[in-house]
Formats: sequence, structure tokens, C-alpha cells
Amino acid sequence: MTMSKTDVVVIGGGLHGLSAALHLARAGKAVSILERSWVGRHASGATAAGVRTLNRHLAEVPISLEAMDMWHNIESIVGDHCGFHAHGQINVAEFESHLPVLQKRVSTMQAAGYDHEELIDRDELLRLVPTISPHVTAALIARGDGAADPHRTIAAFRRAAEAAGVAIIEGARVTAIERDRGDDWTIRTEVGTYAAPVVINVAGAWAADIAAMAGDDIPLGHKASMMIVTERIAPLLKPVVSVVGRPLSFKQSDQGTLVIGGGLQGKADIPAQKSFVDFNELAKGARAATDLFPCVGPLRIVRSWAGMEAKTEDYLPVIGVSPNVDGIYHVFGFSGHGFQLVPVVGAIMADLIVRGSTGRKIEAFAPSRLMEQRHVA
Amino acid sequence: MTRRVDLLIVGAGPAGMSAAVAARQYGLDVLVVDEQPVPGGQIWRNIEAVCGTPREKILGKAYSEGLWTVRRFRASGAAYEPATQVWQIEPGPRVLMTRDKIASSVEAGAVLLATGAQERPAPFPGWTLPGVMTVGAAQIVIKTAGQIPDEPVWIAGSGPLPLLYAVQLLKAGGRIAGYLDTTQKGRWMSALPRFATAAAGAPLDMLKGILWLATLRRRVRYISNVSEIEAIGDNAMERLRYVTASGKSETVYARLLLVHEGLVPTIHPTLALGCTHQWNSDQDSYAADLDCWGETSQNGVFVAGDGAGIGGAKAACLRGEIAATGIALKAGVIDDQQAARLARPLRARLARALSARPFLDSLYRPRRSIFVPSDETVACRCEEVNVAGVRAEAARAGRPGPNQIKAFTRAGMGPCQGRQCNYTVANILADAEGRETPDVGLYRVRPPFKPLTLRELATLDSRDAG
Repeated sequence: MTMSKTDVVVIGGGLHGLSAALHLARAGKAVSILERSWVGRHASGATAAGVRTLNRHLAEVPISLEAMDMWHNIESIVGDHCGFHAHGQINVAEFESHLPVLQKRVSTMQAAGYDHEELIDRDELLRLVPTISPHVTAALIARGDGAADPHRTIAAFRRAAEAAGVAIIEGARVTAIERDRGDDWTIRTEVGTYAAPVVINVAGAWAADIAAMAGDDIPLGHKASMMIVTERIAPLLKPVVSVVGRPLSFKQSDQGTLVIGGGLQGKADIPAQKSFVDFNELAKGARAATDLFPCVGPLRIVRSWAGMEAKTEDYLPVIGVSPNVDGIYHVFGFSGHGFQLVPVVGAIMADLIVRGSTGRKIEAFAPSRLMEQRHVA
Repeated sequence: MTRRVDLLIVGAGPAGMSAAVAARQYGLDVLVVDEQPVPGGQIWRNIEAVCGTPREKILGKAYSEGLWTVRRFRASGAAYEPATQVWQIEPGPRVLMTRDKIASSVEAGAVLLATGAQERPAPFPGWTLPGVMTVGAAQIVIKTAGQIPDEPVWIAGSGPLPLLYAVQLLKAGGRIAGYLDTTQKGRWMSALPRFATAAAGAPLDMLKGILWLATLRRRVRYISNVSEIEAIGDNAMERLRYVTASGKSETVYARLLLVHEGLVPTIHPTLALGCTHQWNSDQDSYAADLDCWGETSQNGVFVAGDGAGIGGAKAACLRGEIAATGIALKAGVIDDQQAARLARPLRARLARALSARPFLDSLYRPRRSIFVPSDETVACRCEEVNVAGVRAEAARAGRPGPNQIKAFTRAGMGPCQGRQCNYTVANILADAEGRETPDVGLYRVRPPFKPLTLRELATLDSRDAG
């Protein structure tokens, strides 16, 4: 097998891999993506594709807000609207007792100088979502938030990356990462060998394995978040709705299907790349959906699934350079909320790799924080 | 509350009922669940009500014979829950189901899937127009409601079922505008070497088939070697165009067209369970990989009946009894020697019951356009994706598989969960990519494998866990 030499090898053809490759290629780098199965096979194809700043961890807010600006201009970035609609994301307080949760969040955000989340009363909520059950009391809203079409987004990022010169090699499972005599890394796959001075590990639920191949020991958990898709119905609601204290994220796709998630966990066998739906758990989501939107009770569930994704101890992503080995960068562990960050994290990787630093706030995502914790323990 | 039984049988057709009777004789605690309100499956549908009425004569002896099996099943002591939909099976096995809009689960020592067959999806231009339906669906209307179409129908297809239905329809006083036999020219010659085995093993069935054919050729307009059909109309079928192998094309007035291109085993539940499957090149379809007792690659999950491979009611009953024997062996009720001794005569009878199959499979092998229809034909009717749309995506780099085609085009994402387009998409990809259909694979089946409503799922008790 021949050796292919390139500037940057990206391991993982999910959305974050595509975005990093796209931004790097536009900055003049020669980039190859090595994807074990096919582009968007796991979390990127299994996501609910919520584009959400609402209720994000404070450490994520700066990059999330920038990502939101990018989503509002996504067509200029990837040449397609990605099915993105900014009809808002709403976090509903069903009962008076849930109101303090929302009030506390608003004051925290105001104290930090953010104004993209606001409290709305019941009347405003019913005006925005007329089909919601009238027992609700109030809600938090981020009006610029929304949702996109995951498959359309994958296709758009892929096309844009390829147009920028990125080589995408599918069916290329990485079997070894070795330091060769010069400054390059040698990446062996089942279909060929690649060499590059820079490697980005964007391998999602399998990123700890890739990190270990390069010599980094990063503890990583996983999530197997479940989703329900129903048959198509006439327009029911525009914003994405979630609820305080219950596992529910509820939206309607462009096709008219309802997409119901909310972080309910199925089961996963990560090494076998298999995930399983737990219907007893999923029933909680169905109860939340039918309580909030009683009219959806008779709708047929067409399919459900559990998507596999890496989870860190603090639920914050890992974004940054390896503290141990030169030329290895890590981008994973989005813990179930990485979709919205896709455009900005790619730009961050281009900063780090092309310029050697970034002005964006990513200190909280340093890989070392997880690795050090292990040393202490 | 999760219930527990020794054996849960899904389906109360020939295989399910026979297995239940046999398993009860082995002393197993048996629960049979079925989607229909009464036992009989598709072949003996509604038989208890029909027997003794004039309809019994119309439907014929092979139908009436089912009553004996239904009566034995009713008397077997097996618990029977009709109108129940099974929508998920988990390793264990644990079976999730809905009855009277309430979801619940049952843990079983073994599960027997006796879920039969479906008519082979046979797309052609216009097949989704109102006015086009399958022969199987039309036959169910006779069995359940005693109704026949009130205007002359066109029948187009290949195989024993359309012949049988046509004869039943004539007996019931129905009218047939024309019978388009889509059996390929030359198939008789290919099948001929297998005729002797078929005639020796199932002489009466073969004779019956020949008589049906003779009746039809005498009484209705019968057109052989039809190679193409097309349903034409704006909001419903108005005309039917057909082309014969000699190139002759004709367009006729037609409001109702019944089509049938053979049966394929039901594999949705075993695909959902992750069982391994085998390609049957004689029947151009998959079936779950089974051991000699009918057990799948998933421990404790068995398949019997047409779901194991198309074989008809007699074979289904015998496969049901063989599976029950294997399940009794696994449960420790009988030992290896007893099981082997009990199964020997069943296996001999099964071989005889299947003796006409090679001949029928060869004779009625569907024409190529059934597998790879013309570009304008709808491939996925739920999401309205046509063959050209699938082909366009297949042309992309990396030889995309069915799951990528599903993500790109939405084919297979609708309420039928890909039951109608699974084979079509696989066959189109195989054709476009120069591969064999079994190398392309099928859609991943995502649960639930039968649609249930949000409200039904909401009733699944969280304490109802395994």
C-alpha cells in the first residue's frame, strides 16, 4: 500500500470532522478525512439537530453565541441553508414550582452580561405555541435558536469540504498511529497509510481509542440518547420545546414528522458500534410529549433509535491540542449537545493549527483538565 | 407487570397454531398473540365464521381444511390473545406488545415467530394509484366480508395465488376483464426438470394448478408472456397498458387491477432483533438463518411457517410442530433422543410438503423489471421517492448502501418502515453498482418494528421492566 502525505489528517467523518477539515482547507491546508464507515454514520446522523444556545453551560456560551451567528449565515459558509429555521427554543415551566428554576437562570445570565435568554409568561407562550397544553405557566426562550435538518447539514458540509479540496476516505478504519522518523505521524488504516504532521481526533464515541493510539489517556464515557420520529402531520408547532424537570425535546421537522428526544438514554455497546432502544425509558418521553401536547397521542411512532456519542465527566467538550504529544489535536466529548457548535469549532481548529492560537474562549475545554484529574485520582 | 410464559408464539396461522398444539402436548405454558381478531392467519382467515356458509365452497377445500387445525388450537389449552400487536422483541427474550391500546411486556423462555409472509413488493409505473391493489388484499376481502369487486377486474401476475383467486372470483360470480400472466417466457422450460419431483410429491396440488389454468384459459381473456404493465390515470387508475414479450402493446380501460408476484418471508421482526439472515436465491429473498429446530441466531427466538421460507400451509404446520419439539428440547422437557425420534416423521412429511417448491420457484421466478423497475416508477411509496432518485444517489462516490440512500432520499423512512421498498432499493443499488443484491444488504430496521402510537407507548409502565 502506498503512503499518502498530507498536511492534516482528520480521524472521523462526522460533522465536527467535516467542519474542521473545511475550515483548514480554506486556510490553505491539504486535508484528508479518514472515516471508518461513512460520513455522518453515528452521532451526526442520529442527532435531533437542535441549534440551541438556550440553557448552555456558561463556559460554552461565548462560542455558542458565535456559532449561532454562523448558523444565521450558514448558506454563505457551506452553500446551503441546511434546513435551518430560527423559530426559537423554549424551555417550559409546567407548574409554578418550576418557575424559580427559570428565574435563577435568567438572573445568572444577566449577571454574566448575556441577554439572549428571556422569560415569557403563559400568554406569550400560548401565542408562540398555541397547541401546547394550557396547564403550562411560563417559559424561557432564546428567540434566535432553532433547528436544522441533520442529513441536509451533513450533505452540505461534505460538499463544501470536498469543494475546498478535502479528501474524504470512507471505509478507512484507523488501526495504528505512529510517530515516524521526521515530524510526521503515520496513520495506518485498513485501506492505506497516511502521513501528516497534524492529526485531529474527531472520533466521537470512539475518540478515547484514537487518543490512546497517539499516546493520550483521556477518560471518556458515552451517551446513547434516544429519539422518536412519528408519522407526518399538518403543521403543529414551530419552535423547539423542552420542559423543566422532564426528559423532553419536542419539535416538528420540515417533512412534518415530530422529532421527540430529550436525552433519554438507551444502551450502547461502543466497541461493537451497536446501540439499543430502551422502551421503558422511552415511555417517559412519550408521557412527557402527550402531557404537553395531548393532541399527539394518536400519532404513530415510525421509528426510534439511540445515537452513540462521547460524554465527558463535566459534560463539556474536549477541544484543543494534546498536552503530551506534538501535532495531536482532540475534538470530541460534546456530551449530547455538539451539533450547534459545529461551524465555530471548525474555525477554532483552523486558528489553532494554522496560527497556533485562537482568540476564542476555549480554556474550559482543554484536554488536560480530564487527563490531570486522572493523575490526581 | 411483566408476565412470564414458557413459550410465546407470535401469529395464529398454520405454523403458530400447530406449534401451540404441539407445545401444549409437551406440557409447556403457551401464550399465542395475533394481530387478527380470530385465528387462522392469512390463508385460513376468518375460517370459523365462513365454514358452513356458501363462501366455504367458493374458497375451496384447502381453505376448509384449516378448520381442523383451528379447532385443535382452540382446544389446546394455549392462552390466546387476539387483536394484539407485537412491536418489539428484546434479547431475553422479552416481547413488547399492545392490546386494547395498552402496552405491556412478556418474558418468555422461548419466542416463536410465526408471522408468515408478505406479498413481494412489485413496483411498476402507476402502482401507487388508487385502483391498484394486490391479489392477496382482494382475497382477504372475500374471506372476511364475502365481497367481490362489482366491476370486471384485471389480474396481472405470476404464481399460484392469482390463479387461485381468479378461480374463486369466478365461482363467487365475479367478472374478470383479463388475466395478464407475467410468468416469463421460457420459464416452463427452465422449470421442467423439477416437474417430476413436484408431480410425485404433490400430485393433487399440481393437478389443481393445471385445472385452474385450464379454467381461466377457457373462461377469461388470458394473455401470456406479459413483460410490462403500467397503470395510467390522474387521481385513480383509468387505463392499463401492457406489453407482451413479442413487443405487442395494448392500452385498455381498467378501474381495478390486482397484482401479485409471489410471496417473500416476513423478516422485519428478525431484522429488528439483529438475527443473521440468509439469501435464498431460488426465492430472491432473505429469511432468518435457522438451525434444524427453527432457532435463529438469537438465543431462544425461533421462526416457523412461511417466515422460514415460502412453503405453504402444510409445510408451515410441520415447521411449527418441529419448532415446538425443539423448544421442548431446549426447555428440558424431552431429551435429544426423544426429540430426534419425534422430529423424524415430521421432517419426512415436511420434505414431501416442500417437494413442489423447486418447480414453483423456478417457474414463477419474477421478471427482472420487478426487481429493477424503470426510472419513473415510485420505489418508496410512503416518501414518494422514484427509482431515478435512488439511482442518482447511487451514482455518488463510495458505493452507498441502503442506509445512506435512506438518509439521502428519505426512502424507507415512512410509516411502512421500509417493508415496501427494502428489496427494491437493494436491487437498484446492486444493479447500479454492479454488485449482487445480497452483497448490498438491507435497511437497518429501527424499532418499533410495528408502529405504535405515542399514547400507547406512554402506557408502558416503567415498572414493567425486565
